Amino acid sequence: MITRLLHRLFAHLDGTLLGLLALLLLISTATVFSASEGSMDRMLAQLTNIGVALAALFLASHVPPQRLMQFALPAYVLGLILLLGVALFGVVVNGSRRWLDLGVIRVQPSELMRVAVPMMLAWYFHYKQATLNWKDFALALVLLLLPVGFIAKQPDLGTALLITASGFYVLYLAGLPWKLIAGAAALLAAALPVVWNTMLHDYQRQRVLTLIDPSSDPLGAGYHIIQSTIAVGSGGMAGKGWMAGTQTHLDFLPERSTDFIFAVFSEEFGLVGNLLLLLLYGAIIGRGLWLAASAPSLFGRLLAGSIMLTFFTYAFVNMGMVSGILPVVGVPLPLVSYGGTSMFTVMLGFGILMSLATHKKLVKT
Amino acid sequence: MRPRLINPEEEFQRYRRRMEIGVVLVILALLGLFVRFIWLQVVQYERYRALAEENRISLVPAPPSRGVIYDRMGVVLARNFTASTLEITPSKAGRLDEVIDELARIVRIEPGDRKRFRKLLAESRNFESLPIRNMLSEEEAARFAVNRYRFPGVEVKARLFRQYPFGESFAHVVGYIGRIGQRDLDRLEAQGRVANYKGSDHIGKLGVEASHEEWLHGRTGIEKVETDSGGHAVRVLSRTPPVSGHNLWLYLDSGLQQVAEKVFGDYRGALVALDPRTGGVLALVSKPGFDPNLFVDGIDTATWKVLNDAFERPLINRALRGVYPPGSTIKPFMGLAGLELGLRRPGDTISDPGYFSLPGSSHRYRDWKKDGHGTVDLKKSIVVSCDTYYYGLARDMGIERMADFLGRFGFGRKSGVDLDGELSGLMPTPAWKQRRFKQPWWPGETVIAGIGQGYVLASPMQLAVATMALANNGVMYKPQLVQAWQDPLSGKVVRATPRVVDRLALHPRHLQVVREAMVGVLQPGGTAAGAGAGAAYLIAGKTGTAQVKGIKQGARYVESQTAAHHRDHALFIAYAPADNPKIALAVMVENGGHGSSTAAPIARKVMDYWLLGKLPGLSVSEEQARAAPQPQEEQEDSGLAEEPAAAEDVQEPPR
Repeated sequence: MITRLLHRLFAHLDGTLLGLLALLLLISTATVFSASEGSMDRMLAQLTNIGVALAALFLASHVPPQRLMQFALPAYVLGLILLLGVALFGVVVNGSRRWLDLGVIRVQPSELMRVAVPMMLAWYFHYKQATLNWKDFALALVLLLLPVGFIAKQPDLGTALLITASGFYVLYLAGLPWKLIAGAAALLAAALPVVWNTMLHDYQRQRVLTLIDPSSDPLGAGYHIIQSTIAVGSGGMAGKGWMAGTQTHLDFLPERSTDFIFAVFSEEFGLVGNLLLLLLYGAIIGRGLWLAASAPSLFGRLLAGSIMLTFFTYAFVNMGMVSGILPVVGVPLPLVSYGGTSMFTVMLGFGILMSLATHKKLVKT
Repeated sequence: MRPRLINPEEEFQRYRRRMEIGVVLVILALLGLFVRFIWLQVVQYERYRALAEENRISLVPAPPSRGVIYDRMGVVLARNFTASTLEITPSKAGRLDEVIDELARIVRIEPGDRKRFRKLLAESRNFESLPIRNMLSEEEAARFAVNRYRFPGVEVKARLFRQYPFGESFAHVVGYIGRIGQRDLDRLEAQGRVANYKGSDHIGKLGVEASHEEWLHGRTGIEKVETDSGGHAVRVLSRTPPVSGHNLWLYLDSGLQQVAEKVFGDYRGALVALDPRTGGVLALVSKPGFDPNLFVDGIDTATWKVLNDAFERPLINRALRGVYPPGSTIKPFMGLAGLELGLRRPGDTISDPGYFSLPGSSHRYRDWKKDGHGTVDLKKSIVVSCDTYYYGLARDMGIERMADFLGRFGFGRKSGVDLDGELSGLMPTPAWKQRRFKQPWWPGETVIAGIGQGYVLASPMQLAVATMALANNGVMYKPQLVQAWQDPLSGKVVRATPRVVDRLALHPRHLQVVREAMVGVLQPGGTAAGAGAGAAYLIAGKTGTAQVKGIKQGARYVESQTAAHHRDHALFIAYAPADNPKIALAVMVENGGHGSSTAAPIARKVMDYWLLGKLPGLSVSEEQARAAPQPQEEQEDSGLAEEPAAAEDVQEPPR
């Protein structure tokens, strides 16, 4: 009786993936603790974030994919309306118009869109799968670029790029013709100088230029890169040891428990630690993609695949930024950085992934 | 393209292929990262280890002290002083509400302080320390020092503050500085100047403080500080010292400014006085004013709301941003245009029945005097302000030529004064009307433009500039506030050179006719005879009235029957001495009724002070009498010859 109940409870969870995630969360807790100078408050807050996010994962894994498909369109439309609301009545925090004040709570609709956009696109291709032609790809592109345009305008270039990526992954997995991909890439390369000169803010240009020569702006944007590269490099082979990173503990690292937490980890655990972290991420991504491919419906395969590739993108962009090969974009290291929102969305994604992979009784269309 | 049916198996195969390519790319990317880590942590390890070792050195910005602003006599209008502030670095302080509650037991923290802190917190970037209390007394600072260990992330800091000793008097011209907000940051970022503001909390927001921000701010220095293993500063290794901002001397005379402000009494309005020989701004008043000191530490919302919502609109600079129909003050320029364009000779007369009609129309454009002025020549038309004369002249001239001629005197165009936010007023043309309203120009609109009504709009600054050009035979100077500045490194004082925008080619005889007529305005029989009575020097002036409320055909404007805020605005332009002009000014009194009754007397008192050193017969408080220096014969050179006061030596808190 009890065993059957337990079985029912855990039927939709993937043990392997959960185990790997738990390892990563352990690393996160230890690193946040170090980055916050051993602050118990911070660690407890992070543990609370983890708890809430695990609950979200658990609940999401029990939502059948059919239900998710029903959510796709309404969630997308709601997100668009909220984004329009932000553009018109949004609250400005730290210079960007990202928040909508609903009286009781403040919401950031671009966070909702991180999930809603790939879900919408996956649903769209699933719905169109029997009669798919190039027009569907064109329309899907519009569905993708509409919210992205709003978010880029806020301005929140980081989120806009990552949502573009998550949507592109759906298109790619749905079979976006290679010719179109090559064409788009060529177009992008051709448009780059124009974008550079007209669309980017000066500070955004500065960030890219700073990447090439960080010492040009030692008090400004270059500071982050200089200091985080020193932290990573000085970690050496074996690292300086937990709680013993000088860059971290002498206040040289900015944003060290959030966006730059990888510098802390890298300084304290060295190349060995980095290798382990890369392997861990690789394993999670590998297992996730495997589960994605085993999903019974096209909707499930597309959405799950996009969730995993997006997760990879976050990790790659963050580590690339901290080690100085990508420009500074405000992206946390998924499941390691301190912060409730990011933790919640990522774990929700894993919950959805598990649901898509484990609900086998979906009627094949 | 025909829809193709898809074989699920084939579809799945394609998904698998795509996924495999994806996996390969993921692996390559992770490998790329690993290579980068090897590069940093193995190949370049020694270099970064050394850098981290050396990284006991942090760069601390050293903010410069802001330039001091003086008037022409060397009277301080804006200065710096240091005061202690209690500051919290939010990222280090833990739970802010609890920390502030605890602090409130040691030093006084008002609800207003908390509100301001919240506001700053919302606007701030992460690692800034933010003031919770300014102007800490020594006792409070000592009490905090004893308890300091209980408050990580809370510090007492010495900060430079700005003080405006004259309060309201110079609010609209000297302006104020305020905390750097997001919009300022965006602007600085766009201009690539943001690095120079590391360590600065304030930036010019209004007036000279804003328009000369680049000069006043100075250059931020960098201190290389060695830290111990705990990150505390041990010693300064090297120092690129900050370079103070330029000290500025204005053309303004604090005495004149205060007299002008005083003689307005309770009226709202504006006055701009220029030196016709240089274009220097001698006084720039906008009433009511406000206390700029309120804005320096971040004004609290309640006070700001009161100021912003007040019916009197104290935050608006009426001298630059108040645009009004110039009314009859436009007549000297119109008369001059008539002469210059060959449309009128000085001796040409009209017979004024008290109104003017366009041919073929029964509409009557009324003169302000019901029965008319009888036989009127150019001189009389200005002296008695005959409207009928100008209705006819305007029709003969046409709107295009009118706009062109008046445009050269600066109507409809910004004066270019070195202050931000100036409005350009309006000198209408048919093309403008077509653009703006998609309607053709009506002949009647030309007629009323001839007496400065209808679409014509001008600010007091523009009227003063036009009057200045009448006074100095057509030299259009750019009005300037800053007369001289001091290079902070060499200590050398550099004088501004007068900037000529245009030299109007005007016939001296024509100018002479208009001048005589304007002198007549302040003599018996003229519209401002009362204001001119007993003057020891010749004044050339012109009254004007700007309608606030339209008056129906056939109805008459009766001042006593009109609600106070619907009464006309009174205007007056003048320069003196008429034979050797040293001051040219424009006065606007909101709802002041007629120019002759309110605006002209104000102008007279201001000129009396400037030319004769006569203080107006008002109860001037002792403090002001002290602050107002006696004017000297050679205004130009006094003040600057004195040793300029150093920027930082004022240490006492205000008041």
